[in-house]
Amino acid sequence: MFKGRDIVSIKELSKEEMDIIFEVAREMLPIARGERKSDLLDGKILATLFFEPSTRTRLSFESAMHRLGGSVIGFSNPSATSISKGETLADTVRVMDSYSDVIVIRHPYEGSARLAAEFASNPVINAGDGAGQHPTQTLLDLFTIHQEFGEIEGLNVALIGDLKYGRTVHSLAYALSYLGANIYLVSPELLRMPSHIIRELKEKPVETDKIEDVIEDADVLYVTRIQKERFPDPTEYKKVAGSYRITSELLNKAKEKAIVMHPLPRVDEIEPEVDYTKHARYFQQAFNGVPVRMALLALVLGVV
Amino acid sequence: MEEQTLKVQKIRNGIVIDHIPCGMALKVLKILNINGDIGSTVSLVMHVKSRMGCKDVVKIEDRFLDEREIDKIALIAPTATVNVIENYKVVNKHKVELPDEIVGIVKCMNPRCITNQREPVVSEFKVISKNPVILKCKYCEREMGVEDIIENIL
Repeated sequence: MFKGRDIVSIKELSKEEMDIIFEVAREMLPIARGERKSDLLDGKILATLFFEPSTRTRLSFESAMHRLGGSVIGFSNPSATSISKGETLADTVRVMDSYSDVIVIRHPYEGSARLAAEFASNPVINAGDGAGQHPTQTLLDLFTIHQEFGEIEGLNVALIGDLKYGRTVHSLAYALSYLGANIYLVSPELLRMPSHIIRELKEKPVETDKIEDVIEDADVLYVTRIQKERFPDPTEYKKVAGSYRITSELLNKAKEKAIVMHPLPRVDEIEPEVDYTKHARYFQQAFNGVPVRMALLALVLGVV
Repeated sequence: MEEQTLKVQKIRNGIVIDHIPCGMALKVLKILNINGDIGSTVSLVMHVKSRMGCKDVVKIEDRFLDEREIDKIALIAPTATVNVIENYKVVNKHKVELPDEIVGIVKCMNPRCITNQREPVVSEFKVISKNPVILKCKYCEREMGVEDIIENIL
């Protein structure tokens, strides 16, 4: 089902396939924690093509590959490669494909992972293409929710913050809707979820600009950073900066079992005191990037 | 219909593009690059009453269309028919048909799409709706409506 397959968009994975990924990821947990050794990917090489910086994603892929006994080649600074000499992405991919068994690509242009998958004979995993897709982030988000609640169908999930530019929440909203969750969208007017994303959701989500409207109902509060670097006009950023702040006081109104997630890095959206409450799951979520990526690597390389 | 056809003279050789959705005739001319002195007669009737409501009709003397041009017309006027005229007679008549995939005739409107960079690929779109026409880029997944399509036809 997975051997040799490209992972480009979350939309290409069925519920059954996601369940398999989560099941394998659960089996990977002790290896990801370093409690057990594995040589499942011994002799396999992962090529990481990071055309823009993303330390967290790159290192979690590298950690995943090393934990399974494989090795990693690649770059995270394209200015030191032939790309700076004008080489096309298609050519870079063809060359790296011949040096490795699986490729992970991060690129600033949308659709680049799809293009890479066309030119590579080995599997390609999309680690984020511009404002497009970031399927492995969505999978680790879903895995974290799944770990907590066992089932995603029927959960109330509030997506909070920058819903306009946040690539993470676009894919996640689609996947949550597909899996039957109820979605609440909380953002300032300026940063509302684009209509073409809302059109793809099964049910029309509740939209509001106040966390207070959803805090009592939400099972998951998925908070995102308002990304200063995405605003063409700094004065626009100033209008919405600091719109939302999750505090332990606010969480007193939340459900007993509600969890707070964040794709990280955070700036001031979540007060540090929240880290010590029973609701915080964002560091667990970040760690989950490793077992989920281990599962994907093992599945597309056909060893599980 | 008889009454309407009298408004524009018959052509000897060329094409008649009929059943163009109301108001789209000028856009049909635009995508066929007919925008000035082309050396032959172009007749255009807009807002003609028809059984379907209203339509536009374009007649072009001494001009024929290739497959690529017919596909372009299908994108913005999916109800159109193309009649080929020879010696005042219709010798060929066919309805344009929008395929399920559009390859190489429209560029993606997203400037940050990888197909708009220097890469060895042609643009490809899935037709996700035929009425109204909506295309989705196979690479960046951006959707384009008719107005965007007209602006980006190659």
